[in-house]
Order: sequence, then C-alpha cells, then structure tokens
Amino acid sequence: MSIPVEQSARAIAREIAAGRVQATAVCDAFLTRIREEEPRIGAFNTVVHDRAMEQARSVDAARETGSGSPRPLLGVPVAIKDNMCTAGVPTTASSRVLRGFVPPYSATVVSRLEAAGAIVVGKTNLDEFAMGSSTENSSIGATRNPWDLTRTPGGSSGGSAAAVAAKMVPVSLGSDTGGSIRQPAAFCGLVGLKPTYGRVSRYGLLAFASSLDQIGPFARTAEDAALVLQVIAGHDPHDATSSAEPVPDYVSSIGRGVKDLRIGVPRAFVGEGVDADVQQAFAAAVDRWRSAGAEIVDIELPHAAHAIPVYYLIATAEASSNLARYDGVRYGHRAALGKGDGLQVMYDRTRDEGFGPEVKRRIMLGTYVLSAGYYDAYYLKAQQVRTLLRQDYEQAFVGCDVVAMPTTPTPAFKLGEKTDDPLQMYLSDVFTVSANLTGLPAISIPAGQSAEGLPIGVQLTGRMFDEATLLAAAHVLEP
Amino acid sequence: MSTTLTRGDVTRIAELARLELTPDELDLFTRQLGDILGYVEQIRGLDTSGVTPTSHVLNLPVERDDVIVEPLPRSAALANAPDAATEAGLFKVPRVL
Repeated sequence: MSIPVEQSARAIAREIAAGRVQATAVCDAFLTRIREEEPRIGAFNTVVHDRAMEQARSVDAARETGSGSPRPLLGVPVAIKDNMCTAGVPTTASSRVLRGFVPPYSATVVSRLEAAGAIVVGKTNLDEFAMGSSTENSSIGATRNPWDLTRTPGGSSGGSAAAVAAKMVPVSLGSDTGGSIRQPAAFCGLVGLKPTYGRVSRYGLLAFASSLDQIGPFARTAEDAALVLQVIAGHDPHDATSSAEPVPDYVSSIGRGVKDLRIGVPRAFVGEGVDADVQQAFAAAVDRWRSAGAEIVDIELPHAAHAIPVYYLIATAEASSNLARYDGVRYGHRAALGKGDGLQVMYDRTRDEGFGPEVKRRIMLGTYVLSAGYYDAYYLKAQQVRTLLRQDYEQAFVGCDVVAMPTTPTPAFKLGEKTDDPLQMYLSDVFTVSANLTGLPAISIPAGQSAEGLPIGVQLTGRMFDEATLLAAAHVLEP
Repeated sequence: MSTTLTRGDVTRIAELARLELTPDELDLFTRQLGDILGYVEQIRGLDTSGVTPTSHVLNLPVERDDVIVEPLPRSAALANAPDAATEAGLFKVPRVL
C-alpha cells in the first residue's frame, strides 16, 4: 500500500491487520500530510504527534506478538472535534473560556474508537461551543475549505470535515445540533451522518443543546461512515438518553441497494430559495435512486418552513442553561480581579472575557425566551411547533421510507460573507435543523459539483434508528 | 406583546445571564437580538391549541440501579481549577461575605 492517505479507513485497518503495512508507517504518513496541509487549512486545534506515534507502535507490537484481537479500526488515524473530551489532551470547544482545559476522562465515543484500534491524531476546530455554520466563530481562527481556500468548510464541525476532505485523516467525528455534521459534509464533498437521537452516547460531549446534540462520523465513503457508526453506536450507562435499541450490522448491509425503497420529496419545501446548481444536483441524485429501483413519491411537510425559528428558540434556551457552568470556579478561564471585586464580578467578567460574540448572543437569546413573561410566548410555543413538525414526519413516513432534500440551499459560501449578519447565517440551516428537532437520523451524501467546482450534498432523513437504510442509499450514489 | 427590544431589556438579560457587556456589545446585541426576535415571531401565529409540547424526543426510562462506583479522584477534579486549595481539597473563589 503505497499512499495510505488516499485509502479508506476500512482498507487501512485490513492492511494493518494482515501485516502488509505497519501502523507506524500509516500514522507517520498522515502526520506528514497534516504538517503539509495544515498551514493552509487550519483544521486542527491540537495535533498529538507523540501520543499518536506511541499508540501506533503499540498496535504494531501487539500485532507482531499476535496478542491483539481483530479490531475494526486497527491503526486507523482519526480526528475528534474539539468539543469531545479526550483524557490528557486539551479540549477547548474553540473557546477562550476553556483554554488550557485538560479533561480527566474521555468521551465514550473516544474510548470506543480507541478500543476499536483507532488512533486519535488531533482535535479539530469548530465554531465556539458548536454555535455556528462556518467555523468562523472560533477563538482559534477560521478553518478554510480544502476545495477553495477563500470559502468556509461549513460548521460547526468545519475542522473535522476539512481534515477528512484534505486527507489528513480518513475519518473523523463531529457533533450535530442543527446540521453541524451534514452541512460541512456537503460543503466539503463528504459523507456526514447525524445518527438518531440516543443512538450514540453524548457522555463527554460538551453540551450545547442536550435534546438536540448527537455525535456522528465524517468519511469519504458510506462504508467508512458505517464502520465508524458501528463502533460508536449503542447504549452507554453514562448517558441516560442513550438508547438500548440493538445496533444492527451497518457495514454488511451497505450493499443492499434501494430497490422498492420509497423516497419522499417535499416539493414545495425544497423549491424555494435554493441555488440552481443545487436544484440540478438534487434532481440528478433523485433520478439515480429511481434508476436503481427506488420509487419517488411526493410528500408534504407543512411545518418545515418554521423549523428555523423553532430551532433557534429551543437550542438557545438549552444553551443558556448548559453554559451556566462556565463561571471561572472549577475549570478554564478566570478573569483577573481587582481588590474588592467579589464573586459576582468574577462570574460576569469571566464570562464576558471567555465567550465570543455568537455564544453571548445565544446565551442572551436563550435567557430571554426562558425569562418570566416570555416563556409561554416563545419557548413553550416553540416546543409545541416541534410536536407539529414531528407529526409532519410521522405522516410522511406513512407514504415513504426516507425523505430526500438538498443538505444546504447553496454550496460553500465565502469566508466573511455572513459573519456580520447572524440571522442570514441561521437561515443557511433551513434543511438540516428538522432532523435534530424530530430526533430522526439524517445523512448528507456527495452529489456532484456546482459550475464553480464546489461540492454539493443531498440529504436523506430516515425513520428512528434506521441508519442502515440511509447508508445503503448513500452507497448507491457513490461512483 | 411587542418584540421591540430596548437597551434596558438587553441590560437586564445580561444581568440574568451573568455577562458583563461593554457599551458596544449592548448596542450590537440590542439590534441583533431584535432582528432575530422579529424573525422568530412567525411561529406565534400558528395554531397550537391543545398541542402537547415536545421537550425530548425519546421517552426512555432514566432509572438505573443504585451502584457505588469509583468517583473521580479529588486531585483530578481540582487539576483544572484556576485557583484551587489543593491540600485542603477545595475550589477557591473571591470572598463572598
């Protein structure tokens, strides 16, 4: 195997297991690639060179003595979004408030990846606390899109997406609260999966909106996404919202095709405000599924147009509560205090210095909609419309098995294009937020390029815990 | 109820949110939060009478057996504190009383 950085995670793990290539050689090749690419991309907050090489050496040693059991991600380098705890490795959420924070424990997803033989090579950049759609809201600096360095890789998991797109790792993990895996996957030409709420443990994920957050994979193929999901899915006693639903074999069902699958298209919803190139790529993807034996049906999602306001009310309300813990007492930043400054000043100044503008905006909005006199009009109302949206999908799934739409209204936008107008940035999430509000699994799949040569993604949303169908349908679109 | 947000409203929200905002931040957020609230206003016209709110999409049993497990060692819990009294095993904050 001559150029490991081009290989899939599955191929790398197989080659290492068979002794045809050393884990150290693979790890070294990816670390070299990171050294070459990172200066122009800026995908990583931290690269753990020595730790990764040491783990690779122990993979090789175990293989040579025959003491290692077969492991699905043996020696596969992975990157982890920097809002998931990694024991002994800084975890910052790209926020000043957590600068220097070194978690005493690892997130369950990280432990599971490592138990499966994967080697963490670094922590990737994100919009601070995963709040954003461009990875520009980062105290570290923006990540650039490997396809066009003047454009955003999307967000909030932009670092994890860019790292895979630039072949600095074969696979990575992101988190998705309103599209933060799927939108960057679309912008970077990758497969990105947001699993069903509860499919993957959130233990060790720095909480943004607890009823919406899910962790999932970025990969260059549907099979690699299946492989990673296989490893990270399943019940975790440390997360009471993780489901005990059995984990099916995603990898072996990847080739089952879409024959007789009913794909619902919400025509009215996907027509409006969508770039012509995206419309065309979406139509072409639907045609390919039809040619592969799927049945295309029209559906309606009457409340989908209201999903953005519902999302930004619920997500910010939950965030304002979750981010109360960053107060300068137990970890992270504490503001320098003058003589006589008390506890209250410490809280207020620490938080003002520690959080960036978007995080403050969301904390403020969330605090407002939960405050006395506004709770019913905003927060409760949003929760009720969330129910109506869930009912839309329940109704749609009577007549179809999956719902198809573009992942984003446009391909990757320019860096700086939307930073002055938070509302415009929010509107770019129109197709992705519904999956989080309903808890349904959704995948973004590469579906060609725009006239300018930028990747375009199409999205499928499935029934609860039906990731297998999404991955198989994604596989059908692959070259 | 009007969604016109005043600088006074934003000051009050900042107090509730424990954020010491600069005058520039107050001006910026008054405008931006006003824009966002103006946009989300659209859902208030929807008929939701009798609709049960969704706070969570899964209805899982959250009880578990009460088992004693090894807690995080105190030294690890204190390791990231900006000002810890490590010997005493305490977090330190400015004088409260």
